[in-house]
Amino acid sequence: MSIPLSWYLILAAALFSIGLFGVLSRKNAIAILLGVELMLNAVNINLVAFWRYLDPVNMAGQVFAVIVFAVAAAEVAVGLALIISVYRRRKTVVADEIDLMKW
Amino acid sequence: MTTLIWLLPLPPLLAFFVILLFTNKRKALSHGIAVGAAGLSWLGSMIIFIRALGVEEFGKHVFGSSINWLPTGSTWLKVGVQIDPLSAAVVFFVAWTVLAIFVYSIGYHNFGQPKGDHDVAGLPPHGTTITEHGHKHTVPSIEPMYSRFFAFISLFAFGMYTLVVSDNLLTLFVGWEIMGLCSYLLIGFWFGKPSARDAAVKAFMTTRIGDVFMLLGIAFVYSFTGSLSFSEIFKPEMLQALASTPAFFGLSAAGIIGLLLFIGTVGKSAQWPLHVWLPDAMEGPTPVSAMIHAATMVSAGVYMVIRMFPLISAGWTEGMPLNTTMSVIAFIGAFTALFAATIAVAQNDIKRVLAYSTISQLGFMIAALGIGAYVAAAFHLVTHAFFKALLFLGSGSVIHGMEHWVLHTDDHVDPQDMFNMGGLRKKMPITFWTFLIGGFALSGFPVLTAGFWSKDEIFAEAFGNGHLVVFVVLAMAAFLTAFYTMRQITLTFFGEPRTKAAEHASETPWTMTVPLIVLAIFAVGYGWVGIPEHFPGLGGLIPNWFHEFVGGTLAELPKAVEFSWVPLITSLCVALGGLFFGWLVYHKVKSPKQDFLQIPVLKNKWYFDEIYNFVFVKPASWIAEKFTSLYMDQTVIDGLLHSVARFSLFLGHVFRNYFDKPIINEFLGDGTGNLVKASGSGLRKIQAGRIQYYMVVSMVVLVLFAVMYYFLIGGM
Repeated sequence: MSIPLSWYLILAAALFSIGLFGVLSRKNAIAILLGVELMLNAVNINLVAFWRYLDPVNMAGQVFAVIVFAVAAAEVAVGLALIISVYRRRKTVVADEIDLMKW
Repeated sequence: MTTLIWLLPLPPLLAFFVILLFTNKRKALSHGIAVGAAGLSWLGSMIIFIRALGVEEFGKHVFGSSINWLPTGSTWLKVGVQIDPLSAAVVFFVAWTVLAIFVYSIGYHNFGQPKGDHDVAGLPPHGTTITEHGHKHTVPSIEPMYSRFFAFISLFAFGMYTLVVSDNLLTLFVGWEIMGLCSYLLIGFWFGKPSARDAAVKAFMTTRIGDVFMLLGIAFVYSFTGSLSFSEIFKPEMLQALASTPAFFGLSAAGIIGLLLFIGTVGKSAQWPLHVWLPDAMEGPTPVSAMIHAATMVSAGVYMVIRMFPLISAGWTEGMPLNTTMSVIAFIGAFTALFAATIAVAQNDIKRVLAYSTISQLGFMIAALGIGAYVAAAFHLVTHAFFKALLFLGSGSVIHGMEHWVLHTDDHVDPQDMFNMGGLRKKMPITFWTFLIGGFALSGFPVLTAGFWSKDEIFAEAFGNGHLVVFVVLAMAAFLTAFYTMRQITLTFFGEPRTKAAEHASETPWTMTVPLIVLAIFAVGYGWVGIPEHFPGLGGLIPNWFHEFVGGTLAELPKAVEFSWVPLITSLCVALGGLFFGWLVYHKVKSPKQDFLQIPVLKNKWYFDEIYNFVFVKPASWIAEKFTSLYMDQTVIDGLLHSVARFSLFLGHVFRNYFDKPIINEFLGDGTGNLVKASGSGLRKIQAGRIQYYMVVSMVVLVLFAVMYYFLIGGM
């Protein structure tokens, strides 16, 4: 292969960090979900890279990636449902304003 | 027989308890029980006396029995009863006088009369208004504390009987003290009067002084001889030992014991210097004065000293000069006789005259004993009991007669002041004649009265044994006795009534006059059993039973003194002379101003009360009130306690305010709470409720853990 593994890993790491930054700093709850998606996808890239470069014969790597996709999709559905429910109650989607669990 | 002697004091004791506990509200029952008990004891006494008369040489075959009472190591202290000739004679007169006085008390306390209008228990009754024949008048009312009186005199009779029948010093002392108690209770019978209360305390205190010394004497007897029974103490070898053992102050043991026991008599029989209680004791009702202070209790003092004669005279026989103890006794007796007689001539209260007369006559008896005239002293004791009780009861009758008027009106005339009386011979004949007999007996009217025989014997013994000082002093006292007695009789009964009270006096009921008559018979007749054998004319007609009988109590029958005309003439002169002068001076005197004998010194009893008050009472009060109570107790002891208390309070304050509150409460207690609160408020800020904040925190922690893991646990 001509592209070294490390480039894929750096890409995944970069994407993860961007996603993490987005989760930690975005105000809108949906934007946080987007960030979560990014982090999940970065994880996927990582998984697939390791699969392709280290043990391409074993199916487990692909299966794992597919499961991660499924979980991500389910989680987004549930997350959006939660946000809609919260919006109906609190009329806001700004994460900072949803602090009912404050002391 | 000995069982009967044991039982003799019992009826009055039972009467006391029964009246006190059960029959207090029922007056007739109470006096019935009391008189019945006195009657039973009288009956027992008469039986014993008559039996005793029948025994040959009774002195050597006394009736007695004793029991082991107190275990003392290997021996026992025995107590018991004994009737020997002396106690037989004494129990005779005690029985009669007690019974007579009990019956008299029924009338004296106005039994049968209605209850008073405003009579209060504790004060003499004041009469009730009744409506009779259309108009109201006041009549005497019954004593509110009627039953209580009979209870007390029953207890008193118990005490006297106990004393007379006892065969040892212990039960004698028990009876002595019971009578002291009853004397207190009965003098203070009308406890609502402050004067009566004070008199009761004074009597008890004064006799107590005597009793303390007597107890010392009894203790000394016991420690020396190991026994308190008369039969043990009076054994010849014991008396010999007592007389020859030296004890304190240069006296032998017998001398000291005799002196200590005699001091008990000085208190109880009101001899100088402890005479001060008896005149004040006249605050009690008249039966009390008669019984306790004429016939029985003060006689108990003389009885005791007569009983102790073998001890007092241990080592002395007739003809020897008197030993120290006997000299002291003779001196005090003679001095008191004259001393009291001088006071009696200046007293205006009918009972006070009799009180001082009692003191004086007791002095006669004691002087007789002091010079060794055993039988004479005992004889005078018996006759005096009869005629003095008669005189006191008679005076009570007079006072009752006078009180009819005092109750009738609001006239505040003193019914006891002789200068308010006069002419009562017509109004109260029985009282007059019996009082006259008693007064003549007291003065020693020749032949017909008992007092003559007993007094004459004392004079004969004094003169015949060479005790001339005593003889002269007693003769002077006898002259004054006759003088003040006639003064009393003249002022009370002769002449014309001086006040309305005397005009309206009337004779008292039979319960009061019958005892007077009975006692008058004895006052006349009892003297005839003691006529000396060598008396001119009458001697030898009747044997001198008394001398033989009572003299037999001693180990050796005392010799009768030889007859001499000097004491007889002296006795006749002083008696008749005194009576004549008394009538002569006083049949014209109508008021105290005309009475030249109202000398302040005499009226005020030689100021002995004031002296004692100054020397003893005031310092004692000062010690009690100022020194002990104020200085020591309140200032020092209470002060100490208050300081301790204040210091404790101070410590408490310090502990509370400087230790407990700041440190324990605030620092530890509140502090921990505040610490937790503060840390809580600080720490809870972590719970922000914001998701992103939580996630930041978890990221930071994750990084930290990763670093720690990398460096601490494993390397790459």
